[in-house]
Amino acid sequence: MKDIAIVSFAQSDCVRNAGAKNEVELIMPVIKSALGAAGLSTAQDVDFTCSGSCDYQQGAAFAFVLGVDALGAVPPIKESHVEMDAAWALYEAILKIRMGHADSALVYGFGKSSPGELPTVLSQQLDPYYLAPLWVDTVSLAAMQARMMLDQGVMEEADMAAVVARSRRNALANNPHAQLKGEVAVEQLLAEETWVSPLRKHDCCPVSDGASAMVLCTVEKAREWGKPYAVISGIDHRIETHNLGARDLTRSVSTEQAAAVAGVSDGAIEVAEIYAPYSHQEIILTRALGLGSETVVNPSGGVLAGNLMMASGLSRIGEVAQRIINGDIKRGLAHATSGPCLQHNLVTVLEAA
Amino acid sequence: MANLAAVVGIGQTKYQTRRGDVSIAGLLREAAVKALEDAGLGFDDIDAVIIGKAPDMFEGVVMPEIYLTDALGANGKPMLRVHTAGSVGGSTALVAASHVQSGTFKRVLTVTFEKQSESNAMWALSSPHPFSPHLNAGAGGYFAPIIREYMRRSGAPYDVGIKVATKDRLHGARNPLAHLQLPDITMAKVEESPMLWDPIRFLESCPSSDGACAMVIADASLVSESPKPPAWIRGVAMRSEPTMYAGREEVSPQAGRDCAADVYAQAGITNPRKDFDCAEVYVPFSWYEPMWLENLGFAEEGKGWKLTMEGATSLDENGDIPWNCSGGVLSSNPIGASGMIRFAEAARQVRGDAGAHQVEGARTALGHAYGGGAQFFAMWVVSADKG
Amino acid sequence: MSEEREMITGIEVPIYLKYHFTAGEATARFLSQVRQGKLVGQRCPSCNNVYLPPRGSCAACGVATTEEVEVADKCTVESFTIVYIPIPGNPIQPPYVIANLIPDGANISFIHLLSECDNDTVHRGQRVQAVWKPQEEWDYAMDNIRYFKPLDEPDVPSESIGKVPVTGWEV
Repeated sequence: MKDIAIVSFAQSDCVRNAGAKNEVELIMPVIKSALGAAGLSTAQDVDFTCSGSCDYQQGAAFAFVLGVDALGAVPPIKESHVEMDAAWALYEAILKIRMGHADSALVYGFGKSSPGELPTVLSQQLDPYYLAPLWVDTVSLAAMQARMMLDQGVMEEADMAAVVARSRRNALANNPHAQLKGEVAVEQLLAEETWVSPLRKHDCCPVSDGASAMVLCTVEKAREWGKPYAVISGIDHRIETHNLGARDLTRSVSTEQAAAVAGVSDGAIEVAEIYAPYSHQEIILTRALGLGSETVVNPSGGVLAGNLMMASGLSRIGEVAQRIINGDIKRGLAHATSGPCLQHNLVTVLEAA
Repeated sequence: MANLAAVVGIGQTKYQTRRGDVSIAGLLREAAVKALEDAGLGFDDIDAVIIGKAPDMFEGVVMPEIYLTDALGANGKPMLRVHTAGSVGGSTALVAASHVQSGTFKRVLTVTFEKQSESNAMWALSSPHPFSPHLNAGAGGYFAPIIREYMRRSGAPYDVGIKVATKDRLHGARNPLAHLQLPDITMAKVEESPMLWDPIRFLESCPSSDGACAMVIADASLVSESPKPPAWIRGVAMRSEPTMYAGREEVSPQAGRDCAADVYAQAGITNPRKDFDCAEVYVPFSWYEPMWLENLGFAEEGKGWKLTMEGATSLDENGDIPWNCSGGVLSSNPIGASGMIRFAEAARQVRGDAGAHQVEGARTALGHAYGGGAQFFAMWVVSADKG
Repeated sequence: MSEEREMITGIEVPIYLKYHFTAGEATARFLSQVRQGKLVGQRCPSCNNVYLPPRGSCAACGVATTEEVEVADKCTVESFTIVYIPIPGNPIQPPYVIANLIPDGANISFIHLLSECDNDTVHRGQRVQAVWKPQEEWDYAMDNIRYFKPLDEPDVPSESIGKVPVTGWEV
């Protein structure tokens, strides 16, 4: 199978409300930036374009159709879209390159969550007959998961606070795009009131508006372009049952499966960017991925520092790829998730050339 | 070079206005189980599941792969959801095929659906944004002016659309799965049906249907494990262009022409009218048959309507290039599945498994889907021959 | 005693989600001008075409548009349809004409109503002009234009549609 390289990545700032900007206005700058970093100017310069977004975030059907207006798709381009996080758009693009129908691709994700109430919108992901009519929002489901972990003694509240403190600290040090950052002590966090018990507000990712974009290609093409790159050495995703009662919510079996196929344990992982919208989920995922103290987890602060729904998964991959492209690390992993309580997970392993 | 893949199983529900006897998951599962039975396989034989549908707002289920995991046996497997507007059924088939053609998986299940009875498509497509004029006249209101422009340019007689509407319903009467069963339809009845969006009459428009369509796509190495003849996937292509831009050619969009040229080149098609035995083409409004005949190179520009009027696209008139033998979108329209039905029906023809709407001896067929403002295109060429 | 009841095959589960839409910078600019009774498009710096309503980008070139260009409220009919079904919540009675109109000075059509016309003689190339609501009713909406009505001007030939300058159509 062809080796595939990531040559560039761009992301917007994570902001609570992008205000007057519409989808095209959010997307265009990151696309220009990602293409520019690869020495390209429009989607005409790559063989395939794929995006990820969710109509319900903005509350308008076919929101992604407007995205095409940002691409310069005249003459027409090879283009596709997943109603998922753009990490899965990347997956579709990789298949396209592997089958020889493209040597290069532009992938982007965008989300404008500010117009709606995201946790409530996401409650409509649930079984439409039994669960969705109950309006159980995603925060409440995550809280039940956290409760189980506390009750089973697999973590303590201080462990959750430690995740948040590290996220804020890392975001302050490393991430100019972060929405939440700063020095904050575990004790301070634990002194806050609970919001959806046992979760405190800071245990939950913020709601953010923004976009991210990436250019990938065959390794041969990256050499031809003369650009430094990170190689995708493994990628896999798995979904598991929607029946929350049938799952051990303190584990992430689908992450374990995806990590095994992606080859996470084939070498040391220096950096892991994990899509954990709630602090306790980072603990579940770190274990599912088999990460130890030698791995720096979420140097960007992760999504607790800013969560661009539908772009966050792609951004995790971009964060790791960028560190490899910059020559800071040799091998890392990125994780993306979708669905309530980590139902669907994607794992990517990235390596230096 | 892409790995060789083939369709080894096809399953469709009966298309009808309302399937009150099954849930959304039940509808998909029905098609999936039929496809697996057709392929002589079970859920355990499937490596990945790829689903597609039109906007989530139709049924109000956000990112439905999450809810549908269990019904489609996807637990522990990769599952992907495609959404490319009306072309989604076709695009989903192409993305599913890429899972195998890329060498990543050996056998995948793909399912598309729409349960229009549990939704309100008109509402979903007209959420009241305060900043656009409220002139929502449905898809027909959008496409009617484009059809008028085709009529003006080509000088086609007024009854070409009437002929297509009649022909496709007669085809549909041969297909027990088709939603509209109108064996006694005549051109006079179509002409007498109410005008909705001039020149589109009621009977020149597609219905709203519940239904799901599924396929199993396998790597060449596993094709012999399924009992029926395979439909080899000989070409795959998609193209997109913006909805609106200055000088856009709306009657015969360049994206459609480019997509056809791409897929034909892969499959060695040089003369589509001669090289194909039949085609399943997305025709939701009758006049799109002559328009796509030209766009897809079956006829010269301005001459597509002549093929229609001569009966070239009719099974009942022994036409040389039957279009939409299944009855097409004009007979069944579960929106998100409508594109995949075209792809699956093309495959049924070359497998020699199309029942009463079989084109005798069909070897090579085109599957076509389009969406948005006729700006998203997906096509494949399937053949009884490995190539 | 057992009661005979019809089997339940569905339940109504209304979903209410509230959204606070924003129009986007380009559209917001456009609507503020419409509030003043002006139609202001944007010119693409790359292909020079003028878009109305502007969307902040030239979809063909994929570049941002910023230069504002006022266009006329006189338009040319590019194509049209006569609709025989009512618009939910709209007082207009069928049959009515919806047309793709290209304003003088712009290069792309938008959709609006055509009225005060003979539906049977509406045609491509026909010249029309906006009929505005009374100024005191103007809002941030294209509905400020009630509809377009025919002008007594010669038709624009097919090849010139979409290329009429803002100064109007001169034979």
